[in-house]
Amino acid sequence: MEEKKVILDIRNFSVSFEQYEKGFRKTGLPVIRNLDVTIREGEMVAVVGSSGSGKSLLAHGILGILPYNATMGGELVYDGELLTKERQKALRGNEIVLVPQSVAFLDPLMKIGPQIRKGKKDQASREKLNGIFEGYHLKNEVQELYPFELSGGMNRRVLVSTAMMGNPRLVIADEPTPGLHMAMVRRVMSHFRELADQGAGVLLITHDLEQALEVADRVVVFYAGTTVEDADAKDFRSEETLRHPYSKALWRALPQNGFQFIRGTQPYVKDLPEGCPFGPRCEWYTEACKGEISCREVRGGRVRCVRAV
Amino acid sequence: MVSWLPWPVIRERNFVKEHFIFVGKQAVRMVLLVFFVSLAAFVLVSVSPLDPLQANVGQAALGSMSQEQIAKLQTYWGVDEPPVERFLAWAGDFFRGDMGLSLLYRQPVAKVIGVKLANSLWLMAIAWILSGAVGFVLGILAGLREGSLLDKVIKGYSLLIASTPAFWLALVLLMIFAVWLKVLPIGLSVPIGVEAAGVTVADRIQHAILPAITLSITGIANITLHTREKMVEIMESDYVLFARARGESTFSIVKNHVLRNVLLPALTLQFAAISEIFGGSVLVEQTFSYPGLGQAAVTAGLGSDVPLLLGITVISALFVFGGNLIANILYGVIDPRIRRGGAGA
Amino acid sequence: MKHLNGRMAAVFLFGLAVLFLAAVTAAGWGFEEEALVTDFSRKNLEPCGQYLFGTDWLGRDMFIRTLTGLSMSIRIGLLAAGVSSVLALILGTLAATMGKTVDGVITWLIDLVMGIPHILLLILISYALGKGFKGVVIGVALTHWTSLARVIRGEVLQLKEALFIRTAQKLGATKFEIVWKHMLPHLFPQFLVGLILTFPHAILHEASITFLGFGLPPEQPAIGIILSESMKYLAMGRWWLALFPGLLLVFTVVLFDVAGESLRRLLDPGSAHR
Repeated sequence: MEEKKVILDIRNFSVSFEQYEKGFRKTGLPVIRNLDVTIREGEMVAVVGSSGSGKSLLAHGILGILPYNATMGGELVYDGELLTKERQKALRGNEIVLVPQSVAFLDPLMKIGPQIRKGKKDQASREKLNGIFEGYHLKNEVQELYPFELSGGMNRRVLVSTAMMGNPRLVIADEPTPGLHMAMVRRVMSHFRELADQGAGVLLITHDLEQALEVADRVVVFYAGTTVEDADAKDFRSEETLRHPYSKALWRALPQNGFQFIRGTQPYVKDLPEGCPFGPRCEWYTEACKGEISCREVRGGRVRCVRAV
Repeated sequence: MVSWLPWPVIRERNFVKEHFIFVGKQAVRMVLLVFFVSLAAFVLVSVSPLDPLQANVGQAALGSMSQEQIAKLQTYWGVDEPPVERFLAWAGDFFRGDMGLSLLYRQPVAKVIGVKLANSLWLMAIAWILSGAVGFVLGILAGLREGSLLDKVIKGYSLLIASTPAFWLALVLLMIFAVWLKVLPIGLSVPIGVEAAGVTVADRIQHAILPAITLSITGIANITLHTREKMVEIMESDYVLFARARGESTFSIVKNHVLRNVLLPALTLQFAAISEIFGGSVLVEQTFSYPGLGQAAVTAGLGSDVPLLLGITVISALFVFGGNLIANILYGVIDPRIRRGGAGA
Repeated sequence: MKHLNGRMAAVFLFGLAVLFLAAVTAAGWGFEEEALVTDFSRKNLEPCGQYLFGTDWLGRDMFIRTLTGLSMSIRIGLLAAGVSSVLALILGTLAATMGKTVDGVITWLIDLVMGIPHILLLILISYALGKGFKGVVIGVALTHWTSLARVIRGEVLQLKEALFIRTAQKLGATKFEIVWKHMLPHLFPQFLVGLILTFPHAILHEASITFLGFGLPPEQPAIGIILSESMKYLAMGRWWLALFPGLLLVFTVVLFDVAGESLRRLLDPGSAHR
């Protein structure tokens, strides 16, 4: 198989917040640590983690729009070059685009058309938008609507349209199908698949493994702020081909595999155990899991577990 | 959470009609509120141990009145009639445009208020527009970058002014401009000793400058602080975050999103400021001895001129509630979520 | 750590405000006699080392007069703000718990109070009570409860939906018990912040209404009286009579405004990061 060009390489990425502890001490609160993801052109990578695990911050970090009290660490390499603040500024909205969760991310008081065109009125942007709308079977009248007037079916296509105004080479979809039923999910996902097939790298951030497996080429499993496994989507066909105990647990929790859930909850970032964050819930927990656990290549995927073979 | 509807909801509603109903309801509410304000004010002056007739007995006012006029005063303020009837008599006359006689000015209250209001409207209109415009701009500049030096300066200034009593600010400005620099007159709306006809527009303006500036400065602080708060909210909103994610510059974000979204709350704020400007004018006019409605209110209160005090109260309530009503109507016209239907914002 | 962080600053400010309050109140009490002492050998003195704020036309020491006046204002402010906040607590809670009619009436009452410009309402109430001390306290108390009442009402409405309140209801607690035992402790921080933020406004309005001649009698060295008297001497260039008492008043108000605001931010659960 021919190696495709890497569009974004995220190495050892971390995000932490400043926060007060009891009393007057300010501490850094690490929401994401040790996150590694690689996205190639034409590839769709899903980062799967449970809700509230800080996945959106990954998207904001790549775009350079983290809140002021957040600190980012690690390296982002975009198209072979370090992704600096200046490059982020220049690229976001054009080569690197975000598709948000819902229309709540649209300005409630600005009509759809002008909003997608970012207020531009020139002929070129008008024609471009008309073309995009045509491609998504959206009537031109939709451009005259306000976000609250959109129907559920239009919502998704309008949001994806916002991404198409630039020349996207990297599409970040942050939880793009919240609460949608499966038929709608498939339709939305097909839009992203299409983008990937046209050559863009797609980073799908979601809590729903089932959805991710429908369309993604690779799946990165995210647990308590850390990537625990980076596997081919095919590896999720059976439990044995998976590497990390948490991925296996996620697999067993899928409907077709018997809905078995494991005990316990993800630890809050403040009370992380030493070593492997999954340790306390893992049935193979040993002394060795208490140390620093590095990322290893295992059977073509990567895993952060001392036991994995 | 947003609910997801699988199909477009067909809305066959008549929004123009709905808006009229909304406006109608608001208008009725306003009339009721004004009624209750007059009732409350009437009760307050009625329970006072200060008797307006006693306080003004022996004064020229009562002496120069006709029997009929005195009889009317006694119906309102005398102790013989039951309070409810007294109120109804007064309210009935008021509704017909007869606000009674001012005990101090020896003229119909309506006439006194008319003259004073004309003087005050100048001041208040200038202050209202200036404080609205300047406050809006300052609030946006401060809120655009929360925590920046500019924000700190603007916020600090506004907090300071908001904590400064209007009358003291007036005194300080008087000290600086009238006493120390001697560039502006000390008080009164016209030069003393000049015939009413001889008063020029220039005179009027000159005497209104300091009061208007004082009133504006006081008003700016509040509008700035509130606009800033809204701005901070907007800048932290999901849609601004997304706009930034789409590569929009700060300028573009302000032009496309901020102005639109801050305008609606600013509108409400601007009309709510009428009450504050009215209140401020009482203090400022008294300090500058500017013969407007505010000073008349103080004079009426100190001199037990109950008919005038009540008249001013009702008129100012009319302005305040009228302002609210206009704000509500404009809101419906401007906000597409109300104008174009939807469940309302 | 080089700079004070938000929390420390808030606590520091609050401490400073309380200290200042105590000092001025004590000084005011102590100097009550001295504030009225007239001495024609030292009248109309500009501020100097001995008389920090100068003296007036009767030779009264303006520094002492200002302190006494401010302490008077602070006492009135505290009393009025206290009454006002308790009123807000009671009305806000009633509106949220006693059903639609009561809620409607109280909401109306709020609209009504907000419909008359504060100063005008103060004049009316002061007139109703025959002017003087009582009029000021009751007037200020009756005009300052509205915004806090709204906050409390919203808070109680939210609390009503909280799990522990629902559980208490199911366990058969009476309405009164629920409000008293379960809600009031949760409302306390809001109440406290409301009280502290009402206080500077109460002082401001007390000074204003006294300045206009409706508040305290002229014998009292209240800040409003001092400033009102100073007006007559302004044209003669006696700027210190108006400047210093006003500055001290503004300082007091700013101090409590800032202290209250920082306390509010501190208690706001969303502000953990700042």
